[in-house]
Formats: sequence, structure tokens, C-alpha cells
Amino acid sequence: MIGPLGETASLIAAPCIGLVFGWFLERGGLGSAPKLAGQFYFTDLTVFKVFFSALVTAMLGAFWLDHLGVMDLGLVNLPETFIGPQAVGGALFGTGFLVAGLCPGTSCVAAATGKLDGLAVVGGMLGGVVLFNLAFPWVERFYASTALGAVKFTDLIGVSTGVGVALVTAVALGGFALAGRFEKARE
Amino acid sequence: MTRRHSDPYFAGIGIGVALLGAYVLAGRGLGASGAFSRVAAGVMGPSTATAPYLGTSLWRDWLVLEIVGVMLGGFLSAWLAGRLRVDIERGPSISNTQRLIFAVAGGVLMGIGAKFARGCTSGQGLAGGALLSAGAWIFIMTCFASGYLLAPVARRLWR
Repeated sequence: MIGPLGETASLIAAPCIGLVFGWFLERGGLGSAPKLAGQFYFTDLTVFKVFFSALVTAMLGAFWLDHLGVMDLGLVNLPETFIGPQAVGGALFGTGFLVAGLCPGTSCVAAATGKLDGLAVVGGMLGGVVLFNLAFPWVERFYASTALGAVKFTDLIGVSTGVGVALVTAVALGGFALAGRFEKARE
Repeated sequence: MTRRHSDPYFAGIGIGVALLGAYVLAGRGLGASGAFSRVAAGVMGPSTATAPYLGTSLWRDWLVLEIVGVMLGGFLSAWLAGRLRVDIERGPSISNTQRLIFAVAGGVLMGIGAKFARGCTSGQGLAGGALLSAGAWIFIMTCFASGYLLAPVARRLWR
């Protein structure tokens, strides 16, 4: 993966982009496990708000920059789809997220800001990856199963990318409105 | 004195702009678990499971450099806001030791899950989701569904 500016420029950009990412995760309070876990008990909807506002911002930005000819979205690596492994991986991951109270990115922020529980999550993550690698010969068939290649959900349901972008935006805005109402009702 | 956190939507837009920057400048999305994979591959040596990393240096890896930036950004933000503190954060009903055990266990589950899913909340959910990747949306749905379904069982950890 090289990117339009060449490999060295891309590697120089990496820590700078990471710095902005880590900065805003911490600013939003996402370096704190009890706050993230509050998401699952409807006591703190910060995760939902940060995640979907980030997703919609990047999605709309990429869509319009591509549409206006500023960037070629075709050059951006679209992750490949493996239905079974991603459904099962997502369920395992969600369970781990609930138990750990942090996800991989936020655990790095937690660890970097002195939270020892964040450091423990980082250690656990590394252990999990090592376990997976050791067990790889046994899970390889499932890991490679139900491969669809690099597809968008809009390709699968037969609508254009623009319709998909509008749909995700509408659902997110609806979710934000609901989250606001919910928080008001709790007060 | 510690400062209050930013508005979540403001923080979200900032992260969205960072992700957009990654698309434009590097032709790829943000990530986190991939850096863990890369480090684990460095420790274990190349095998079938770690094949993509054959022959690349740890410090020429995009995600490893990015995650170093994430830690530095988080550190700077917390420092300037007066939030740097050595601490174990946990729910009110468990001990520090229990918290650390569950933190490791949750990390292990996420490590395995992220390998099957080819990414985590950042690299798969956020970066793939914003590109409308089908697999990313499958991941987002099963991830949050399992979290909410099991939340009542894990109640003692956090409440």
C-alpha cells in the first residue's frame, strides 16, 4: 500500500495522522474504560456519537472529494469481505470490548495516559493475536471462507454508492436525534 | 485542575478528518489491531498466519507508525488537559486485580476477534464502514449486537 504521494511521504504522514486520531480520542474521553462501557448500559452514549460522527464525516468527505475529482476513491484500499469470519470475529470482538471496556485504539490511548487497565488490554490483545497465529492451521479454512472480495454493501443490495451514503447519513442523523432525546429523558 | 472532555460530535468530526486524511495521503484507512498483528508477527517470526508481513521492517509499517502517533496524541491531549494519572479504572463492584484480569481477558478476545474480522473498531468498523465495505458493516452489527446482548451478564463488571 503506497498511496498517491509515494511510500516515504505515506510513512511520514502515518504518525501525524495517528497523532490527530489519538488527540481526538482522548479529548472525547475515549481513553477511559468506565465511560466506554457506559455505552452498553445506555448511561453514556459518547462511543456511539464519536464513532458515527467520525464515520459520516470521513464517508461524506471521501464521497464528495471523489465526486468533485479531488481524489480517486478507487485508489483507496477497500477492505475485503468474508461474511462468516467477520460476523463471528465481530461477535468475539464485541464480547471482548464489553469485558475490557476498551477497544484496541482506545486501549493505546488509555495506556499512554497512565491507565494500567489500558496497558493490560494492550497485553491481552497481543496475547490474543499470538494465540490466533498459533491456532491458525486449525482455523485457516474458516478464516478464508465465504469470501466475497472487495465489495460494498451497496453492491450487494443493488443500489448506487450515493444512495448508500445518503442511507448511512440518514440513519446516523436519526440515531443522533434519538440519543439526544434519550439523554434528555434521563435527566 | 482537569478540563472537561470535548463535545463528542466535535471529537468525532476531528477523527473523521484524520481518517479522510489517511484516505487522501496514504490511500488507506486508520487502524489499531493491525499494529498489534504486526508486532506479534515480529515477535513470533514469519509463519503462514503472518505471511503479509514477510520481509518488512517493523518501523516501515504504516499501522505501527500510526499507532505510535495515536499514543503520542493521546498523551499530549491528556497532559495539556491535566488528565495524566497512573490509575486503574474499573466498575465500582470489582477489585483492581479483578479489573486487570478481565482487561487481559477482554483483550485476548478482541485480539482473536480482530484477526478473524481483519480489523477492529478503527480499521474495520470505522475505516471500512466509511467506504461502505459490506464486511465492515457486518462487523459493526455483530460487534455491537454481542456487546448489548451480553451487557446484562457482565453487569457486575461495570455497575
